[in-house]
Amino acid sequence: MISEKKISYISLIGIFFIAIFSEYFDEPYLITLLSRIIIFSIAAIGLNLVLGFGNLVSFGHAAFFGLGGYVSGILAIHAFNSELLISWPFLFSGSNNSIIIWLFTILFCSLLALLVGAFSLRTSGVYFIMITLAFAQMLYYFAISWPSYGGEDGFSIYVRSTLFGINTMKGLNFFFICFFWLLIILFITGKVVNSPFGLALRATRLNLTRVKSVGINPFRIQLMAFVLSGAITGIAGSLYVDLNRFVSPSLLSWQMSGEFIVFILIGGLGRIYGPLIGAAFFVAFEQFFGSYTEHWQIFLGIIIISTVLFAKGGIIGFILEYKKNE
Amino acid sequence: MTAELLIEQFLNGLQFGFMLFLMSAGLTLIFGVMGLINLAHGSLYMIGAFSAAATFAFFNSFWLSLLASFSCAAIVGIIVEKTIIRKLYNRDHLDQVLVTFALILFFSELVRWIFGAFPLYLDVPELLNGSIEIFSGIYYSKYRLFIIFVGLIIAIFLFFLIGKTNLGIQIRAGQHDREMISALGVDISKLYTLLFGVGAALAGLAGALIGTIQSVEVGMGEPILILAFVIIVIGGIGSIKGAFIASLLVGVVDTLGRFLIPWVLQTVTNPSDAMSIGSAIGSMLIYILMAIILILKPTGLYGKQLS
Repeated sequence: MISEKKISYISLIGIFFIAIFSEYFDEPYLITLLSRIIIFSIAAIGLNLVLGFGNLVSFGHAAFFGLGGYVSGILAIHAFNSELLISWPFLFSGSNNSIIIWLFTILFCSLLALLVGAFSLRTSGVYFIMITLAFAQMLYYFAISWPSYGGEDGFSIYVRSTLFGINTMKGLNFFFICFFWLLIILFITGKVVNSPFGLALRATRLNLTRVKSVGINPFRIQLMAFVLSGAITGIAGSLYVDLNRFVSPSLLSWQMSGEFIVFILIGGLGRIYGPLIGAAFFVAFEQFFGSYTEHWQIFLGIIIISTVLFAKGGIIGFILEYKKNE
Repeated sequence: MTAELLIEQFLNGLQFGFMLFLMSAGLTLIFGVMGLINLAHGSLYMIGAFSAAATFAFFNSFWLSLLASFSCAAIVGIIVEKTIIRKLYNRDHLDQVLVTFALILFFSELVRWIFGAFPLYLDVPELLNGSIEIFSGIYYSKYRLFIIFVGLIIAIFLFFLIGKTNLGIQIRAGQHDREMISALGVDISKLYTLLFGVGAALAGLAGALIGTIQSVEVGMGEPILILAFVIIVIGGIGSIKGAFIASLLVGVVDTLGRFLIPWVLQTVTNPSDAMSIGSAIGSMLIYILMAIILILKPTGLYGKQLS
């Protein structure tokens, strides 16, 4: 009998050991791919918190991913060039310290999520989908037409940020940082989802009237979840920029938001480890079909359509179902 | 800055608005009647533009390529509706978003496969080349006027169709109560296919008309799709009148905003700053407009109050 928990632990341990072996067999590219999988899954775990557990279909999570990326990139490039970022109320010329970068990312992304959430959560259903999309597009067009930080072309940050003197330019070390973040985020979401707060959030998905009648304000619950979700996705954006050492408006594009939803769907909606499986499948799929044809997205499209129409529970749901029938 | 320039920009905005109406009319009807969020509407726009460009390359006729644009888009639309979209009517919004997102990936890549990654171009016919004097001393592009004219004709046609014909009654009834009208003997699945086909044809036509001004390339549909969504949200989902007013509003606000804001800012800062800040704000303007309207009226200008 295989349980959801087992699948999750196997995939975590699997990714960890593949990274160690890749280092041993000198395959740096594979390690980068694994880091990418982890970063994408962190972003999608953030989204899954509101989408999977609160049934709030945010189609604008690229905004947080991108903002996290831009905040980190801007802090890093100013530190690299020793340029002043602000001169009032104190002199500050960015930072190359990961801890500081992450703190700023969490701060800014939470604030953005608070703002976006406060407006968007007034609406529901399709209006919610569209207004979150509109906020992300707003940031996207702003990034494209704002020339100070590269505009449409984006900018490079040359070196990764530093953490406790670890050599982050070494692929495996950076992988460990991402992996560590993944463990923290998984731990936090696991705790949150099963806390009274998480139960209230899941209840808003099922029956809003009943939630209200037992004296819980659904707006506050949803807004808090949205802020946490935005901060988590922001951290992913920060790590992604550090991984590629490159910031571009494509981080904010609506295709990015769409892909996050796809990760969740492929893995299995409303499952804590779903996004990890989904992102791993997506990146592996891209690599595999991408090596045969540059038109691999045709097959991706077909796979997504068939998953939605015929296999609703995603990969985890499919395995659990299969084992049950055996 | 002269009055002529301002009038020209205003007309450009109006022209853009009419094209947006062709996109958003189909989108809002499809949502209103079938409850379907169709992200792939932009792909139908792209398919229309590419069919026009391919026809133009073969026959060198603008009018023939216009004909090809909406008929090809309608055919593709009907095939997609009959094979895939039909299964989504009773699913939740998330499934609809995902499947139609996947359709975008599919069609964009397929078109890139067939036509390559380089943009194609369509020529304005001899008849519509150059500009014409509309007021004393004010000249405007004949082709853009033609687009406004086409948009106006289609708007009138749609209002007539929805308001006065039997089909329109069925469509409006479908928005109110789907089950009841199928119980009354209307073949609802035929109505859905027809409506989806009409929406696709309008999107395809818009693709060809805009493709002639800009270029025909993969990914051309998505920016305009998102604008169309902004419009149907502002106008109120399902309302053709709302879509019409919001289209013109968005077209004019977007065009004039990009043009006027940098110019206004020039009075307070230096020109290069004014240019960069102004264009950044100008491009965000319609999203700000949408946020404000949704805060004041969460279901849009003409949307029905949802329970």
